[in-house]
Amino acid sequence: MKQFYHFILKEFYHIFRDRKTLLILLGMPMAQIIIFGFALSNEVKNAHITIVNESNGAASVQLVQKIEASKYFELYNQSTRTADIEKMFKKGVIKVALVIPSDFDKTILAQNNSRLQIIADATDPNVATTLTAYLSIIIADFQKEINQLNTVPYTIDLETRMMYNPQLKGAYNFVPGVMAMVLLLVCTMMTSLTIVREKELGNMEILLASPVNPLIIILAKAVPYLILSIINIITILLLSYFVLDVPINGSLILLFAVSILFILVSLSLGLLISSVTDSQKSAMFISLIVMFLPTVMFSGFIFPIENMPLPLRTISNIIPAKWYFIIVKSVMIKGLGFKLIWKEVLILTGMMLFLFSMAIKKFKIRLS
Amino acid sequence: MTNKAIIVEKLSKTFNGFKAVDEISFEVGRGEIFGFLGANGAGKTTAMKMLCGLSMPSSGKATVAGFDIYQENESIKKNIGYMSQKFSLYEDLTIRENIRFYAGIYGIRPDIIKTKTVQLLTQLSLEKEADQLVGQLPLGWKQKLAFSVAIFHDPQIVFLDEPTGGVDPITRRDFWNMIYDATAKGITVFVTTHYMDEAEYCDRVSIMVDGQIDALDTPGNLKRLYQAESMDQVFLQIARKAKRTE
Amino acid sequence: MNPLKYILEKEFKQIFRDPAIIRVIFILPVIQLIILPLTADYEIKNINISIIDRDHSTTSNRLIHKITSSNYFKLIDYSGDFNQAMTGIDNDKADLIIELPRGFEADLYAQKKTTIFLAVNAINGVKANLGATYLRTIIQNYNNDFRIALLTPGRFNELPIIETTSSNWYNPKMNYKFFMVPGILVLLITMIGLNLSAINIVREKEIGTIEQINVTPIKKIHFILGKLIPFWILGLIVITIGLFIAWLFYGIIPLGTYFTIYVFAAVYLLIILGIGLLISTYAENQQQAMLISFFLLMIFVLMGGLYTNIDSMPEWAQWVTKFNPVAYFIEVMRRVVLKGSGLSDIKQLLSIMLIFAIVVNYWAVISYRKRS
Repeated sequence: MKQFYHFILKEFYHIFRDRKTLLILLGMPMAQIIIFGFALSNEVKNAHITIVNESNGAASVQLVQKIEASKYFELYNQSTRTADIEKMFKKGVIKVALVIPSDFDKTILAQNNSRLQIIADATDPNVATTLTAYLSIIIADFQKEINQLNTVPYTIDLETRMMYNPQLKGAYNFVPGVMAMVLLLVCTMMTSLTIVREKELGNMEILLASPVNPLIIILAKAVPYLILSIINIITILLLSYFVLDVPINGSLILLFAVSILFILVSLSLGLLISSVTDSQKSAMFISLIVMFLPTVMFSGFIFPIENMPLPLRTISNIIPAKWYFIIVKSVMIKGLGFKLIWKEVLILTGMMLFLFSMAIKKFKIRLS
Repeated sequence: MTNKAIIVEKLSKTFNGFKAVDEISFEVGRGEIFGFLGANGAGKTTAMKMLCGLSMPSSGKATVAGFDIYQENESIKKNIGYMSQKFSLYEDLTIRENIRFYAGIYGIRPDIIKTKTVQLLTQLSLEKEADQLVGQLPLGWKQKLAFSVAIFHDPQIVFLDEPTGGVDPITRRDFWNMIYDATAKGITVFVTTHYMDEAEYCDRVSIMVDGQIDALDTPGNLKRLYQAESMDQVFLQIARKAKRTE
Repeated sequence: MNPLKYILEKEFKQIFRDPAIIRVIFILPVIQLIILPLTADYEIKNINISIIDRDHSTTSNRLIHKITSSNYFKLIDYSGDFNQAMTGIDNDKADLIIELPRGFEADLYAQKKTTIFLAVNAINGVKANLGATYLRTIIQNYNNDFRIALLTPGRFNELPIIETTSSNWYNPKMNYKFFMVPGILVLLITMIGLNLSAINIVREKEIGTIEQINVTPIKKIHFILGKLIPFWILGLIVITIGLFIAWLFYGIIPLGTYFTIYVFAAVYLLIILGIGLLISTYAENQQQAMLISFFLLMIFVLMGGLYTNIDSMPEWAQWVTKFNPVAYFIEVMRRVVLKGSGLSDIKQLLSIMLIFAIVVNYWAVISYRKRS
């Protein structure tokens, strides 16, 4: 046991001496959380719109003002020709256009049916749909105002309650995702690189020649990253809670326990990778292709899993980050307890045991 | 002045308050084999790197091949060769490709590269391996090859940093024969080593301890001075005072 | 002979002898472009909805029918039990709960105010927003129809109706892949370009061959160009492979010209490779280089408009985006592929990129020191 402790200490010295790397490992997650928390949002607002107002009568002007006043839209300009719309789309300066025909005012006043045309840039289909819908709602409101009726008969009102995330803050989705990514990067990639580095430099042989159980040597390399990751989690949680106002509704202890479980899974993966390769370069590429990319693609934090075709959804089940992501969301944001997440925890535990035993087995083979 | 290959005057290098090289001064004549000795950590490699233009001195003056190391660094590089402690030919290129690359960088004409390559390969008996990846060569051959590449462009001075580390005695002797051949062509050889027996092969040696030069003379004179039978014993007497080890 | 020629020769030989690089160049595009677009489908469909109908009237049934027969929603719970419905949201089985109150039909006919309650699981903001929006639209349409039916024709039309027609340009089929694939292509060459160039110089530092180079009279600019050019060519090859796969698998052919794409890509690559070289110059070992480039990549890409819209970012973030080359290229790619934008449409963006390229690479050359 004492040997183990000494080796861990030695590994810590290595890490602390490499100031730049340490700075990056601790600082980057912080920077990311802050940047993503504040910058990323799924809300659609300030969309640039151009309005071709061929009517210019009082009613149309009122409509234009109403749109201008909405937080969803920013009036880019009022063009005079519909031909300009195409140019503006191509230049990427507007996302949607509204065409008010020349007879708009007349028809409104005469209480006949009037027509408007919405043209949306469907490059991003979701944005197009959302903007079209918002515009329609504004127009419907306008209709009410124009009629100077306080209430339109036969009206159904919709009262909406956004749960867990009333302000539709992107951070609620991103923070758990970034947590998973950071832990993976630090634990899997760094651990595997550290071990492989020793192999590359030839130091591994020296260590192996010593009377110490080689397993101890290798495990000792993983421990500092475990500690570093815990520090990272604490930092991320503190930042999210105090700076981004992301709630921690559930049990903190549970959150930590699960995070440590995930760290262990990542560390095991790192150990496994380092047992199959001898060069840092390939360790890095394997980490990239086997760990990073699939996690980005299949964990559900960036792309919705439910939209994927069945074979890919199945693949997503073997990505540890996917389960961790679910657990963090459930515990942190929804405030759920262990009873509702025991299934996911079990899966993660199983993954950890599997990866760990595979890594140990591979190491034993190579060392003999 | 012009017949001195290297002139060093109170050259120093400090890292964060630590004086790795402490105001050393010496001169090396043309065609000399100068042994730059010292224990590990004495500052030999640091000093050499300053002369090669790899490291900026903290203070002091020096000229190499007649050029000032501060102002005329790039001119120095055209006239020197270097063999680093770590093997530094490209292991994923063949022998021929490595030679071609370095020769080309030094501006040697392609036709001359061709002829000299043939010469080199014959000298080292590596004709058959010419198109093999350098990484596959055994260590001794790698060292000899690295040396040959370092002097391929006929530099005035060649700097060798621990060139015979980890190599068997026969290869070491071959290597020193190659060094003698080089001096015969007029190349000045500046070599660092911690093998004291190699010191005997040099015209003059200096011994560095804790960043300073504590001895500078021919091996013969030093042995007489310290009443020693071998350079080993000379070194032991001098180095005993050393406070620094790597 | 030009030393540049020799260093290019060496770099190319080393690249092609490196099995890892070859694999990366060919396999990565294939994986990314084939699998990623399948996963990167943001199209909101299959929104799971729980409906609690406390009225059970003809009107409420008709409204429910309208909701469930739309393609957007999938009815998963009709039990009428609020607690059960809430558990559904907790379990992520339901995305929305809609509750029609008792007396819904009666109140409506009596022209009293009627309110429908909607609870949305808003953790996934996109889904929540769109789900609520779709629902609102469906209810609004139903409301209008209801109104029209009651106000018999021929009578004075108290309520003029504004008919809006909407059309979707550039991606009329609303195919999310057309939106994602160009962006993924950018992600692809950024990933490869940044990582490969970031490790390159550091690797030589770690092995020790960099010393041998620094001791030669080689000029810094030749050295840097020698590192830049091979990867630049590689990057263009990767784009070609990517465009080919995009055509083969998704039938994506740019509305604009391939030429425009290549011109922009050529400049863009210079920036990315330049950044990689900078990382390589400042990093002390491969670990650091990899870490920095990974993190930088994440930030660039996530803030580049691939995942969320730049327009929805706060002011300061949009400002930062102006320095994010990835954002530029993603935008240009989408424009050229989907809208047919040409060189004249993007010339402003292109010039900014050129300036970046010059600045970054100039910095790389200056910061590389042969003598430390």
